[in-house]
Amino acid sequence: MSEFLQQLLNGISMGAIYALIALGYTMVYGVLRFINFAHSDVFMVGSFAAFHVAPRLGSGAVAGGMAILCVAMAASALLGMAIEKLAYKPLRGRSTLTVLITAIGVSLLLQNVGQKVFGAEPKAFPAIFPSRTFHLGTVVVNSTQLVTIATTLLLLAALHVVVHHTRVGIAMRAVSFNATAASLVGINNDRIISFTFALGSALAGAGGVLYALNYPSIDPLMGTLPGLKAFVAAVLGGIGNLAGAALGGLVIGLVETFVSGTRLSTYRDAIAFGILIAILLFRPAGLLGRDRVEKV
Amino acid sequence: MRFPKSQLWLALALVVAGVVSAFSGRINDYFLDVALGAGINIVLAVSLNLINGFTGQFSLGHAGFMAVGAYTSALMTTTFASRLLPLVGGQAWILFPCALLAGGLLAAVAGIAVGAPSLRLKGDYLAIVTLGFGEIIKVVLQNIDVVGAARGLYGVPAHANVFWVFGLAAVTVYVVWALVNSTYGRGFLAVADDEIAAEAMGLDTTRYKVTAFVVGSFFAGLAGGLYAHLKGYINPTGFDFNKSIEIVVIVILGGMGRHVGVVAAAILLSVVMEPLRRFGDYRMILYALLLIVLMLTRPQGLFVWRSGRGTA
Repeated sequence: MSEFLQQLLNGISMGAIYALIALGYTMVYGVLRFINFAHSDVFMVGSFAAFHVAPRLGSGAVAGGMAILCVAMAASALLGMAIEKLAYKPLRGRSTLTVLITAIGVSLLLQNVGQKVFGAEPKAFPAIFPSRTFHLGTVVVNSTQLVTIATTLLLLAALHVVVHHTRVGIAMRAVSFNATAASLVGINNDRIISFTFALGSALAGAGGVLYALNYPSIDPLMGTLPGLKAFVAAVLGGIGNLAGAALGGLVIGLVETFVSGTRLSTYRDAIAFGILIAILLFRPAGLLGRDRVEKV
Repeated sequence: MRFPKSQLWLALALVVAGVVSAFSGRINDYFLDVALGAGINIVLAVSLNLINGFTGQFSLGHAGFMAVGAYTSALMTTTFASRLLPLVGGQAWILFPCALLAGGLLAAVAGIAVGAPSLRLKGDYLAIVTLGFGEIIKVVLQNIDVVGAARGLYGVPAHANVFWVFGLAAVTVYVVWALVNSTYGRGFLAVADDEIAAEAMGLDTTRYKVTAFVVGSFFAGLAGGLYAHLKGYINPTGFDFNKSIEIVVIVILGGMGRHVGVVAAAILLSVVMEPLRRFGDYRMILYALLLIVLMLTRPQGLFVWRSGRGTA
């Protein structure tokens, strides 16, 4: 029983990180209808930004940790907006395939430039938040996990407020619902798309920092696998659906953690893709998504 | 007996490959290695072009199918050779094509397994599913001890010569060319042009997509077999995402849905990129930039001047 609770806790904190990344995929898909392959590398840049500002902002205290997190999120948001402006905006209106290939190109570029700039060898990520362990009965609770879960909940709440209770959030949903109609009622689509990229990338940056806290070894290729799994989470929840992305992330995190505890642990990385193929077979719209009929 | 022209070209290519093969001992080893690598890239790129170019789907897992073929055929000529050789009368030169064929067929079966569920969906899902499939293949191979797990498989006999590599490259080009230009094959182009319209015309679009996928995977499997018997050593990470991307870059560079362009790009990238190998990581940066700049400026490919098919 205690082992179950322990794994549950581990799974939730892992799932929280996937959820943060998945939200970026799903938001971009909502407004532009394509998979932003470079998202997983924005996640990587987020954790490297934190790594580089950590010595200056003083890690180990809650305030310092929060400041580092904010810097990482800001850096990721800027990168996300820059990518959108330089690579995706000139392709607006072109076929999905063209944009998809460009996104893969951007992803490869970030990874390989990252290997030159940051160095290819893994770096040890500092403990930017105070680290302690609590014992609740037989369950070991790590403060890192608490920070991960609390930060995620805070960001999800903030995202909910932005998307549902601000003008820009309403505009975002309008663009996602029908881009042409949105521009007809006076919404500046380009600005909303840019804002969406900033928001999604900031969440990915936060995810990058939290991931690095839990797995304190970072390298320029670290984004690929969590990024793919987060994408699977977005599809699982129903792509374009924000609550779905959070739920999908949680499910993937839990399943993966419980599989790791069994004999199949070496197949851990393959599980998410197995789930993806199953979901596409039986419920392609995702858990919370609705089937859309395409109009001709 | 009168041959249609295209079959004459195929026969000619096979004869030339055979003749060159007989004299390949005189060719510089390094040059031969680069040339054979280019030949394998032709097989890979032309088969991916059937999926990504002519049928308009987007597969990112070509290296995964290549891995299936490579491992199947390599196992047949190494670990299981002692059991299989007596079946073909102890002749290694008969076992090799059988192994290649088996590798291709198994890759085709994998193609059905991956394609049938995912091809009902829109293009970008397929990209992710095939990418995921490539990862699964890698993880599975890394966990199977018979194939050497993460260490890889050593001592694969060097059966791949000029005849087999360029002969099969010619066969691949011919099959894809003939398939796309047949009455049946016009359906691939229709699916790429406008899936909804094709469906409205009564075409079974899913079947076309799965067919393209299976044929493409089969040839990727053959190419994998050739690769294994050329290098003599394979390991799971040799068939990772970067390998798939390399093939995608060739197809895009040559122009999606172009015959000659893709073959030219395969040769160009294999030969011109070869000296860049010593720059290591910068090669991948160049690939990435090439992809982005091409998509922004020439989405129809390098060797295309007329507008037409493949303008993605």
